[in-house]
Amino acid sequence: MSDAVVDPPATAEVPTPMQRDRATTIYERSVPGRRAAAIPASGVPGGDVPIDELIPSRLLRDEPARLPEVSEPEIVRHYNRLSRRNFDLDSGIYPLGSCTMKHNPRINERVAALPGHARLHPAQDPARAQGALELMWSLERSLSEICGLPHVSLQPSAGSHGELAGLLLTRAFHEANGDAGTRTRVLTPDTAHGTNPASVTMAGYEVVKVATNEDGGVDLDDLRAKTDERVACLMLTNPNTLGLFDRNIAEITGIVREAGGTLYYDGANLNAIMGHSRPGDMGFDIVHVNLHKSFSQPHGGGGPGAGPIAVSERIEPYLPVPRIERVEAGSANGSNGDAPHVRFELRGAEDHPASIGRLRGFQGNFGVFVRSYAYILSLGGDGLAEASETAVLNANYLLARMSEGRAGRYLPIAFDRRPMHEFVLSGSEAKKQLDIKTLDIAKRLLDHNMHPPTVYFPLLVDEALMIEPTETETRESLDGFADAVEAILAEAEQDPEIARQAPYTTPVRRLDEAGAARNPVVRQDLG
Amino acid sequence: MATEESYPEDLRYHPEHDWARIEGDQATFGITWYAQDSLGDVVFFDPPEVGATIAKDEPYTEVESVKAVSDVIAPLSGEILEVNDEAGTNPELINTDPYGQGWMVKVKLTDTSEVEALLDADGYRELIAE
Repeated sequence: MSDAVVDPPATAEVPTPMQRDRATTIYERSVPGRRAAAIPASGVPGGDVPIDELIPSRLLRDEPARLPEVSEPEIVRHYNRLSRRNFDLDSGIYPLGSCTMKHNPRINERVAALPGHARLHPAQDPARAQGALELMWSLERSLSEICGLPHVSLQPSAGSHGELAGLLLTRAFHEANGDAGTRTRVLTPDTAHGTNPASVTMAGYEVVKVATNEDGGVDLDDLRAKTDERVACLMLTNPNTLGLFDRNIAEITGIVREAGGTLYYDGANLNAIMGHSRPGDMGFDIVHVNLHKSFSQPHGGGGPGAGPIAVSERIEPYLPVPRIERVEAGSANGSNGDAPHVRFELRGAEDHPASIGRLRGFQGNFGVFVRSYAYILSLGGDGLAEASETAVLNANYLLARMSEGRAGRYLPIAFDRRPMHEFVLSGSEAKKQLDIKTLDIAKRLLDHNMHPPTVYFPLLVDEALMIEPTETETRESLDGFADAVEAILAEAEQDPEIARQAPYTTPVRRLDEAGAARNPVVRQDLG
Repeated sequence: MATEESYPEDLRYHPEHDWARIEGDQATFGITWYAQDSLGDVVFFDPPEVGATIAKDEPYTEVESVKAVSDVIAPLSGEILEVNDEAGTNPELINTDPYGQGWMVKVKLTDTSEVEALLDADGYRELIAE
């Protein structure tokens, strides 16, 4: 049974205590001289020498840094207060399409917090960080198997960074073939994630959009018309942002491969297919994997992240350095039956002269690798396949629920095909018949203590709602979401103004998004 | 935010939701009521360069709303004579007055016969009703 549903208020004349409490920054809590800790005396031999005599004067600030001066309880209360004003996956359903907001298993945190993992210094001598390198190498092997591509680099630090890496690899590949100068275009479908065209532009390529057919897949005629010797790469996500697996995927990759382009798979939707189908088998050369989506690393306010890439043999020579290599020593003369001695090494440009070079400092966000490797090991191959099955089942169950009643009438599915892990509804009928927009429905969901789905994306769907429940949600939770949307639509039939003015119960009411974008205030005047 | 839905009879329309007000061999361009309504609140408009050449059916500038960044398609070919800097400073004009103060560029047309291919108000209303 779901929790007892308390009807959210239809109006809010009286602000809630949280709404009355004006948000403050830590700087506004600052009082001169207040401290959270007492700094001990210098431990440098000689004892009572003032710190500014131990540090060269050219390295000292002229004026103290402007840091907030607060006590420890004040710090704790400040951040605890902020956390209570947040909505997160630990608070309720979070069906944000294309973001795969799945549960972050607590065992991952326990493993990542082990001192050998958590206190590892990024500049540690590789000979003394063999366990860490082995973990990274093992994670690379796991991702290779999942993606169906032989080689992996963990260097990119986000999905978008993986995309940029993929385009740099594409250029290196074409340069080696001598036609980088004429291959200037990258094809992306009009359903692509916004990062795809952004990465293309950043890498100095020209974006060419490919149309979507009636089936919600790539329009093959349009793809053929736009594929020629000027094409450097096709970037695609499959299933795409409509949640639909492209039925023509082998033909699509074949067309571009034949014309000499590389094939890039945006792994944002990998949660739909783990253990069932592999981008490498579909014909892709380069795949990025969002460890914070498919592999349960927390999505944390912009970082730390990881967007490893897996690549085919023809792309392998150009992979970023350093690369982790597993070296077996003493195996040839194993006459005494000892197991071969294995060590892990970081190999640089001297061993990989065609490499595009280093993409970031040190070895990436190691804690992210630990969490994702723990996730992969704790589920195993069968478990990952089942996670994908459950994610697809949950999406289809929720779609079936939302095809009935008022949701079916006012929020029809955009492309009527069986989706994978997410689906896209159009709010166009709700807008026409009830005079409420998708944004109003999203805001009213907040009063039901639910995170709204992704809205207004993909762009080709009018008033889009993109819903991805993930394998995390129970049947009761999915029913609760469908019931909440039904209640919002029923309420709008009576009085659309309720949704238009929502939310009522959140720490702040409806935000002026246009005003914030037109006149952003990004500095705080501290007097 | 915006005015009532309308498609003035004295304008010509491009299927990508742009309008053109033709005056001899010159024209003023902007986006339609339907376009600004679909975009939502426009938060950024960067007027293109005066003197730039633009081609019919090709993007000549971008508008950004709270939802997305969108290309603005040229309904006709020509050279930009004047741009609406006021709409660059106050992009909400594109929402509140799409056919008036929310205009985008004035253009010297290279081929006035291109006008034949544009829709009239009735034709455009039919297109968006589909």
